[in-house]
Amino acid sequence: MDVRNTEASVAFELNGEAVRITPNPGERLSEALRERLEARDVKIGCNAGDCGACTVLVDGEVVCACLMTAQQAHERTVETLAGLVRSDAHAQGLMERFQDHGAAQCGICTPGMIVSAVGLLRETRAPDESQVQEALGGVLCRCTGYRKIIDAVLGVPAAIVEDGGVGQALRRVDGIGKVEGTERFGDDVAPPGTLEIKVIRSPYPLATFEFGDLNGWREEIAGIEAVLTAADIPGENRFGVIPAFADQPVFAEGTARFRGEAVAAIVGTPDAVRAFSPDAFPVTWAELGGVSVVSEAQADGAPQLHEARPDNLMCRGFVTTGDAEAALATADVTVEGTFTSGFVEHGYIEPEAGFAEIVDGRVEIHACTQAPVMDLEAMEIILGMHRNQIRMVPTGVGGGFGSKLDISVQPYLALGALKTGRPVRLTYSRTESMQSTTKRHPSEIHIRIGATQDGKLSGFHFEGAFNTGAYASWGPTVANRVPVHASGPYRVSDYTAVAKGIHTHCPPAGAFRGFGVPQSGIAQESLFDELAQKLGIDALEFRVQNALEDGVPTVCGQVFEQGVGAKACLEALRPAWHRERVRADAFNAGATGALRRGVGLAAGWYGCGNTSLPNPSTIKAGIRADGTVVLHQGATDIGQGSNTVISQIFGSALGFSAADLTLVGGDTDVTPDAGKTSASRQTFVSGNAARQSGEAMRAKILRQVDASKEAAIAFGDGTLTVSDGDRQHVIDLRTLPPDNEGYVITSTGRYDPPTKPLDKNGQGAPYAQFGYAAQLAVVEVDLALGTTRPIRFVAAHDVGKAINPVLVEGQVQGGIAQGLGMALMEEYLPGRTENLHDYLIPTIGDIPPIETLILELPDAHGPYGAKGLGEHVLIPTAPALLNAIKHATGVRMYSVPVTPSKLRDAIKGARHG
Amino acid sequence: MPYLAPTRTEDALRFLRSNSPKVVAGCTDYFPSLQQGQVDEDLLDVTRIPGMRGISRDETGWRIGAATTWTDIVRAPLPPAFDALKLAAREVGSLQIQNQGTVAGNICNASPAADGVPPLLALEATVEIAAADARRVVPLSEFITGVRRTVLQPDELVVALHVPDVSADTQSHFLKLGSRTNLVISIAMVAANVRLDAGRVALAHIAVGSCSPVARRLPDLEARLVGTAVEDLAGFDFANPEALTPLTPISDVRGSADYRLDAVAELCRRAVIAASARS
Ligand SMILES: Cc1cc2nc3c(=O)[nH]c(=O)nc-3n(C[C@H](O)[C@H](O)[C@H](O)COP(=O)(O)OP(=O)(O)OC[C@H]3O[C@@H](n4cnc5c(N)ncnc54)[C@H](O)[C@@H]3O)c2cc1C
Ligand code: FES
Ligand code: FES
Repeated sequence: MDVRNTEASVAFELNGEAVRITPNPGERLSEALRERLEARDVKIGCNAGDCGACTVLVDGEVVCACLMTAQQAHERTVETLAGLVRSDAHAQGLMERFQDHGAAQCGICTPGMIVSAVGLLRETRAPDESQVQEALGGVLCRCTGYRKIIDAVLGVPAAIVEDGGVGQALRRVDGIGKVEGTERFGDDVAPPGTLEIKVIRSPYPLATFEFGDLNGWREEIAGIEAVLTAADIPGENRFGVIPAFADQPVFAEGTARFRGEAVAAIVGTPDAVRAFSPDAFPVTWAELGGVSVVSEAQADGAPQLHEARPDNLMCRGFVTTGDAEAALATADVTVEGTFTSGFVEHGYIEPEAGFAEIVDGRVEIHACTQAPVMDLEAMEIILGMHRNQIRMVPTGVGGGFGSKLDISVQPYLALGALKTGRPVRLTYSRTESMQSTTKRHPSEIHIRIGATQDGKLSGFHFEGAFNTGAYASWGPTVANRVPVHASGPYRVSDYTAVAKGIHTHCPPAGAFRGFGVPQSGIAQESLFDELAQKLGIDALEFRVQNALEDGVPTVCGQVFEQGVGAKACLEALRPAWHRERVRADAFNAGATGALRRGVGLAAGWYGCGNTSLPNPSTIKAGIRADGTVVLHQGATDIGQGSNTVISQIFGSALGFSAADLTLVGGDTDVTPDAGKTSASRQTFVSGNAARQSGEAMRAKILRQVDASKEAAIAFGDGTLTVSDGDRQHVIDLRTLPPDNEGYVITSTGRYDPPTKPLDKNGQGAPYAQFGYAAQLAVVEVDLALGTTRPIRFVAAHDVGKAINPVLVEGQVQGGIAQGLGMALMEEYLPGRTENLHDYLIPTIGDIPPIETLILELPDAHGPYGAKGLGEHVLIPTAPALLNAIKHATGVRMYSVPVTPSKLRDAIKGARHG
Repeated sequence: MPYLAPTRTEDALRFLRSNSPKVVAGCTDYFPSLQQGQVDEDLLDVTRIPGMRGISRDETGWRIGAATTWTDIVRAPLPPAFDALKLAAREVGSLQIQNQGTVAGNICNASPAADGVPPLLALEATVEIAAADARRVVPLSEFITGVRRTVLQPDELVVALHVPDVSADTQSHFLKLGSRTNLVISIAMVAANVRLDAGRVALAHIAVGSCSPVARRLPDLEARLVGTAVEDLAGFDFANPEALTPLTPISDVRGSADYRLDAVAELCRRAVIAASARS
């Protein structure tokens, strides 16, 4: 034994090869694998055992590499995904099945999932569903809703096709890197040893601060290369996704307005950053009393967050039509209620991360983002540099769901690279990510709805206050979207809706799947059940009776002559609704214990694209002399599948297999702007641009050889063959002059959805299309413990045209999982649930079977009739669950999440009251 | 800042006295509690000491080595009285956590929500503690003294837990209440060890976690249960306030204090009934 074995080297077998390293004492195995042994297929989502992304096999057993010292691997065998897929038959089978089922969406959880599944399959060749759930229970996935993963591990047959035009279940075109562990996410780009950045953050919701001698401090500490503060910002210390509301500083100046706000950053060697304790940083704080909820923020004398926004009111959204009050007064029955919800964290498994360097005097920023061009525009302002001096290169994105639309690591990376002149990297810790990036808005919603005896809606009044946190972010979008959507997909002729965004000293609330609509949906769909009950009308038939239809104006006075799928979605649920109600009632009639079942449903709608604002997408494509077809696909794929969907649309338009396209991502140097990945706009807007681009390219080709519309095209090595009936033309691509990018034929498509501005009453044409949904949930409630276990979902979604049905199902299942989380377990409390240990998102055991009914009511504006889908998927979930809980327990819950504690209290209250 | 992973207990104890290192085993509590900048600690890794891992029988009962993992517990052939411990083991975090986390780590970390503690209390486990020059044995009920506090001195290690012989007809059950299925910290949990005689409760050991700073046995409830016929358990008054007096739950993000008491009474009922039915 050598007590002083600090320098001891550690030897183990990694993926079949002997390796020897000299890690720091107590270094995490995950870090050693990633930074010393280039095993970047081992992912880091939390560094705390909560997410399982770092799962590896040590001596054949699954462990979290982040919870093991590298020394503990000494003389053991370590297997990671990358090694397993090379040599292990189970892993190779899983790799194929994960792709067939679309079980890897963003792919950040996939290494942990596949490694865990290998561990299972080695012991149990033909596991059942519950064994899969137990074995994979330690790995979180935020994208898929787990059902596809279960199917893939079980080996359920998949309906996959090879060529993959529009409407076909093509495998993800970018799937292979996700299942092999070679996809590079935000933290996977920087070379080992790169200088690191650590951001200094406010420990208080509201505090003033002063720095000490920063230069003196820095010079004292070896390895700290630079300190960054607001003083280092060459341009404006301000950003925001909506220019008119840009209000957030990169570094706070003098006052920090939320816990976790950045005030400074250090840049140093990995060792120096590792040893750095934020307590040592020369800053003194004076904590002040902040406001954390809307009522405090609006109270007299409340501290004001932004001078130009009195009463902490950021902005208001308003829609009115007819006369809500008069209709309510004449209604036969009315219901009203106040509904509340808290902050919800996006909980993607990949924390924000990136890398930056100076190349030929330009700043190049690699980061996980949903919106590379918006990032570029923000960086122009912050850096005070011309945009051609900045390059944004999106990395793989390990989930975004709206939060990676806002910049996070980007400015620190750029400033760090500029100040040191050296490459730098920055990866947020899980807690930093949760503290400092945007959340779903907490809401307080009061609504009143009336109906006549025969079940027709009569008057609808909505008032919603949304806690938008310290900075605007997407708050204005929430305030505008909610009044447009709060009616739900129903015919409401007398309507008034007001939504306000209120500032508090909380993290900025921004975009999260649905922009406030899931919150308003909870209130409206819950009260629809109450209304139906009061009227003695079946809850489904009440909705069907009032559902929007072609030719019926929305609350904004917008009339769609086609493509309104609200009623079809509801009607699609009718068989399941009757069957499940009967089953549940029978179960309850025979119940002797504490368990009761309930069935609930809810509908939803969502306008695709920006509200009444231009949001064009451009898609460019080119053919190289060697016959390669290159698609410049700038619609960031955050797991939802735009790489595949856009390829399928482009391929169909061109008449070429999507799987054979070469994709170039949203690198701002080479790919035109396809807008941001949000608002369910990529399939619709970028899809249209892709279709135009494909059609334009096809037309160019056919024109060259004067072929007919029906002609088939095929690419060979340097040739392009056009077969037109019995005529064949061969174009020798090598003889055509290449442009400066090396393309011999190019085409570009651009699409901007037709919308009209809203007038002062919110009347106009805010979106070119809506998508529609209705979902049914079956739950089992333990009356004595207050626990709710969803046991089944049926989801009907009108997607216009399912460009890829497997991807549609994946979106639906993933959305339902997020809606379930919001309904039952998720609440972000600053200072209290800032990690994935205390902030609970659904695990594999929480998501029951989900049956997806895909409806295709084509939309005139959509590419091949397609409608967006990204956000609709979770809007009906939470209210459907609340309605099911009501059915099971007789108790109406007005506040989410419905934790066991809250539900049990309500059940007890109902018994006594 | 050395990292030492000795193979002999004596070496570990000497290093402990000389360097005051942080003791680590499965590291599943150690790493999550690590603070940014906390790097220059000496570490003593006890997982390579053969005598510290595994379960064995001796004259007076069972010995569970300190660094025995939860997976080891699940896989060990043990009498039915250990069923609660096995059920708890299967609910500690995830398989990953169970493969790494150790029994001693769980009790030394002294979280009120430690799932291993109620079953071990119901088994009347004792803790064997060693220093370089001394050894002592402390009942588990006295070992943990508060939230994240134990009687362990800086130069001491836990080397094993001991469970006194239990009759083969003692049945046992464990129930954990959380807000999701996997990977969840208990809102409350109950371990019940029950021996029946002619259809009546002859002995009951009931321990509750997450409802007081340290998990507690419920002696009053246990005494009341003795003599109760199995068929009367469903109607038995588990919510009797006196029976639950050792519990002082707090309200936190996971649940209110009232809810915890309310749920615990129900969990006790279910655990006792389930234990009684396991024979
Ligand atoms: C994601 C996750 C989920 C979890 N879920 C649960 C759960 O559901 N239920 C639950 O109860 N716990 C849970 N835990 C906590 C933890 O896994 C357990 O407490 C585990 O048993 C700790 O054992 P360990 O060996 O990993 O401890 P370590 O982290 O190695 O050590 C913990 C403490 O014990 C001390 N220690 C360890 N061994 C000895 C010894 N022999 N002598 C003296 N001191 C010692 C260490 O110094 C340290 O203070 C979870 C943890 C994580 C990360
Ligand atoms: S990174 Fe290891 S469990 Fe999350
Ligand atoms: S695919 Fe699982 S987290 Fe994205």
